[in-house]
Amino acid sequence: MKTRSRKRRVRLLELAHARSGDKGDTANVGLIALRPEYYPILVKQVTAARVARHFKGMVTGPVERFELPNLRALNFLLHGALDGGGTISLKTDAQGKVFSTALLRLVVELPR
Amino acid sequence: MTRARDPRAVRIAAGQGFWGDSLEAPFRQVTGGPIDYLMMDYLAEVTMSILQKQKLRDPSLGYAKDFVPSMERILPIVAERGIKVTANAGGVNPRACAQAIADVARRLKLGGRLRIGVVTGDDLLPRLDGLMARGHDLRNLDTGRPLSDVRDRVLAANAYLGAWPVVEALRRGADVVVTGRVTDTGLTLGPMIHAFDWPPDAWDLLAAGTVAGHTIECGAQCSGGNCLVDWERIPDLADVGYPIVEAHPDGTFEISKHPGTGGRISVPGVTEQLVYEMGDPTAYITPDCIADFTTIRLEQAGKDRVRVSGVRGKPATDKLKVSVAYFYGYKAVGTLVYGWPDAYKKARAADRVLRQRLENLGLTFEAIHTELVGADATHGRLALEELAVDDLPEVQLRIGVRSPDKAPVERFTREIAPLILNGPPSVTGFAGGRPKPEEIVAYWPALLDKRMVEPCVEIVEV
Repeated sequence: MKTRSRKRRVRLLELAHARSGDKGDTANVGLIALRPEYYPILVKQVTAARVARHFKGMVTGPVERFELPNLRALNFLLHGALDGGGTISLKTDAQGKVFSTALLRLVVELPR
Repeated sequence: MTRARDPRAVRIAAGQGFWGDSLEAPFRQVTGGPIDYLMMDYLAEVTMSILQKQKLRDPSLGYAKDFVPSMERILPIVAERGIKVTANAGGVNPRACAQAIADVARRLKLGGRLRIGVVTGDDLLPRLDGLMARGHDLRNLDTGRPLSDVRDRVLAANAYLGAWPVVEALRRGADVVVTGRVTDTGLTLGPMIHAFDWPPDAWDLLAAGTVAGHTIECGAQCSGGNCLVDWERIPDLADVGYPIVEAHPDGTFEISKHPGTGGRISVPGVTEQLVYEMGDPTAYITPDCIADFTTIRLEQAGKDRVRVSGVRGKPATDKLKVSVAYFYGYKAVGTLVYGWPDAYKKARAADRVLRQRLENLGLTFEAIHTELVGADATHGRLALEELAVDDLPEVQLRIGVRSPDKAPVERFTREIAPLILNGPPSVTGFAGGRPKPEEIVAYWPALLDKRMVEPCVEIVEV
């Protein structure tokens, strides 16, 4: 290696925790920074577009993002994530309960 | 940090987060320490249609039956200590539910000592055609389609009522308030409005009470249950304490639980519950107000105690949410377990074989969905990209089908078992027998002009 990377790549799991739920065919993922200083990293790197790419093929609709700086949290709506949702869905996770930890697999960069 | 106990504070305890939650929780909440109200949430989106079916079979049913033995157990204590109960256990038949509680109370010799408030007016099923004829087309909030598309398949239709009919019942002296489709949050906000005499346009206060309700409406999910942060060190989940809101007249409140119980009340844990089932956080819409979750301030105010303040609200909208349940079709899910070696490959092969057979039979479905439990069932491609699938000790093949018609679903259920002898090897885990076709009752969310709904409150004297 010629140049040493000045960034460290980590999973969101090391920076945040999360809980997810459902509204019809939409899953929501609330992503919460484990420390206050992590929140700006989430805001900057975990964009709606990035999350949509992360879940490509698993979510049929758009991804929306909302910011809750007071709770150091981001809320994502994943539209068309649940095969019709609720009682219609054939998925094990028909209510999107573990989309939360699926998001925590995402890799972000940390300044060293 | 300890604060002097606010003598005007009101303690509202959550005793049930959904129909099917712990049978012990209500009893433990009324016996574990001082509380003023016990709040029990029984209704999820699909519950009303299940209850409607029960009522069709027997007109004296249609409510959350578990509520009756729960009340039988706690009524003597509740009456003795003056604890009031709010519960949406009435489902599609709140009057029958109230009657069942009255019968229990009489058996317990509580005659003359108990008033039951009954909240109705949410049931739109008998009025549906009239409303639609008057131009209320109850368009699906997700698809934009008018309800007339599925009118002939509608099984239940209920408007979400808010806190105010609960308040009226309490003002008229109800000790137990039994409701139909009242919002989860209204069951907590109602007691706060009643206790503090909050006016109908005190939007910040109503929003604060709504946030309090959202925090405890899922029971122990805010007191250590289903909590990802530090989950292995959350103490004594076997004896998890259900949450209690200690509310103040100024709209601030603390979340706590009875001393000596398990679980944990922490800022991260409460935050997880706040974002649960969240949409736009600046507009959490209820019949009572619009709460802005971006204004909530949380602080750890002691061990197992989180203080909530700063909540701002906006005026309620002129609409009520309506939940319609309608018959959608049929589904069935079958499973088989494949063992090492090549468990993953065998399960994949079995899926291909099964799909080919369904095709050869000329069966068509709205959807066929395959998951390999232990590999990709919940995290899909994200899990497979990182998994050494060749070494898995076993994989469960889980395959489901959905159709508007019963016949292809029924035929599908007979194609699982043959795979045990005529498909890929090392297969087991079929002891449960043939899967059964299941009726799908789907959920149709809509909005309705508030003026079209008139909540009704009656008092039953025991």
